[in-house]
Amino acid sequence: MKFLAMCSTGLGSSFMVRMNIEDIVRELQLPDVTVEHCDISSAGPESADVFFVAKDLEEATAGLGDVVVLNSIIDKDELREAVKAAAVRHGAL
Amino acid sequence: MNSVLNTFVDIFREPSVIIGLIALLGLVLQRKSLSDTLKGTIKAFVGFLVLAAGAGVVSDALTPFGDMFQHAFGVQGVVPNNEAIVGKVLTDYGSQAALIFFFGMVVNVLLARFTRFKFIYMSGHVALYLSAMIAVILIANGFSTWQAILWGALAQGLVTTVSPALVQPWMRKVTKQDNVALGHTGNFGIATSGLVGKLVGDTKKSTEDLKIPKNLGFLRDTTVVIAVSMGIIYLLVTLVAGPGYVEDKLSGGQWYLLWAVMQAGKFSAGVFIILAGVRVVLAEIIPAFKGISEKLVPNAKPALDVPIVFTFAPNAVLIGFLASFVGGLIGMGILVAVGGTIIIPGIVAHFMTGAASGVIGNATGGRRGAVLGAMTNGLMITFLPLLVLPFLGDVGLANSTFSDADFGVSGFLLGSAVRWGHAAVIVLILASLVALFVGSALATRREAARAAAEPAEPTGEAEATQQPVG
Repeated sequence: MKFLAMCSTGLGSSFMVRMNIEDIVRELQLPDVTVEHCDISSAGPESADVFFVAKDLEEATAGLGDVVVLNSIIDKDELREAVKAAAVRHGAL
Repeated sequence: MNSVLNTFVDIFREPSVIIGLIALLGLVLQRKSLSDTLKGTIKAFVGFLVLAAGAGVVSDALTPFGDMFQHAFGVQGVVPNNEAIVGKVLTDYGSQAALIFFFGMVVNVLLARFTRFKFIYMSGHVALYLSAMIAVILIANGFSTWQAILWGALAQGLVTTVSPALVQPWMRKVTKQDNVALGHTGNFGIATSGLVGKLVGDTKKSTEDLKIPKNLGFLRDTTVVIAVSMGIIYLLVTLVAGPGYVEDKLSGGQWYLLWAVMQAGKFSAGVFIILAGVRVVLAEIIPAFKGISEKLVPNAKPALDVPIVFTFAPNAVLIGFLASFVGGLIGMGILVAVGGTIIIPGIVAHFMTGAASGVIGNATGGRRGAVLGAMTNGLMITFLPLLVLPFLGDVGLANSTFSDADFGVSGFLLGSAVRWGHAAVIVLILASLVALFVGSALATRREAARAAAEPAEPTGEAEATQQPVG
């Protein structure tokens, strides 16, 4: 299973979200999950199973599939719940 | 013996190899598996070569732009864009910049460990751009490689530690917590926006009470935004330069307006490639930096890229961008009237730093704070680059330059000191270090005295409920 964190340039904030998702994946001991980050224009529906973006980018994610919209990208509790829910949706937890 | 030395010098001259070695060190320190370590090292090495290839594409599009602008208006026209300029700089000064970047991270961790400024600068991309600028200023003005790396790394560590501190008082108002900071080279402009908001604004009238249609989606697609904005700029300049000049001298006979659109597309393509290269390089280096800083610095506050504040005030993001861009247009108008080098508003810089200025300005001074604060940022990022251009040597003639306010302020300080002599640079850096430690000690002492005077008073800082990202 692949998680993809995205932001407008794919450099800063998506990278932070990616590293936090990686921490959470380790914490939850989810098997076979890869986490990557990129800019929003490079991502297509095939790029990942679950996409993570901040609320302000929601409208740019149409057609990607399973998109998780984060209200605050600095809230690790919100992210943990979102990762858990995504893992459950995809049968990994 | 000499040939061994020459081999080392050859290796050192290849920035891609230096970057690969830095990644290797980070991966080993993280105790990654052998295969992950090899993969990561090779990726970082290749990532840098991708970046360098993008620099060539951008440069192919920018060189004729400069000629055409000169022909059309008789002055130099400069488009501030971090990716565009940093590609060129890293091709020429990459090894030194990579080492300043690396040792700058070490200095950042040490300063955070031993002072009250607990900020760990996690925005590796802008940190890399900053080290590129520092490398140019020092080396173009006669510093030897090793001197440039030593003093450059100290300067880099100072800027990356102090810059988040400037915005932190306003960040607390936005995020309602004190354990996350803003890490971006626009911080000086963003902090100024907060100050402007505080002086002239009214927090009762927030931007977020306004009803604004939120059709911002297109603005967030960097590739599209750069292609469109550069397309408009190229077309305007091409029209003034005229078909005769363009088709004769630049386009090789291609219809001049199509040529203009193609150049804008190439510029955006080059930035796209550079971004991809930077992403790959940093993906192998930053996790090690994060892990090590978390171990060594108790209560570290990660300084993160500007989009972390965007969700707190979406209206202020749009208002801030527009106000900053208007500031850039006003600034350009002033430059046209005065004569001399023209700074054309760089749309990415106005979006990233303008939007954050809007959010911060709104937090300290409501609507008026968001508009006037962000506009001040727009004016700053128009005039500050002019102050730095003279110190950049050949790079100053490149038709593009570093765009954000921190580049302007730190570049101007460093460049001015270099002009006074190398000793002045060393004095400036050492004095700043001393000031940082003394300031930190005094603040701790004052806090202790205050705590002793009113023991029951809670500080408020401990009430943060959210956990930090970094």
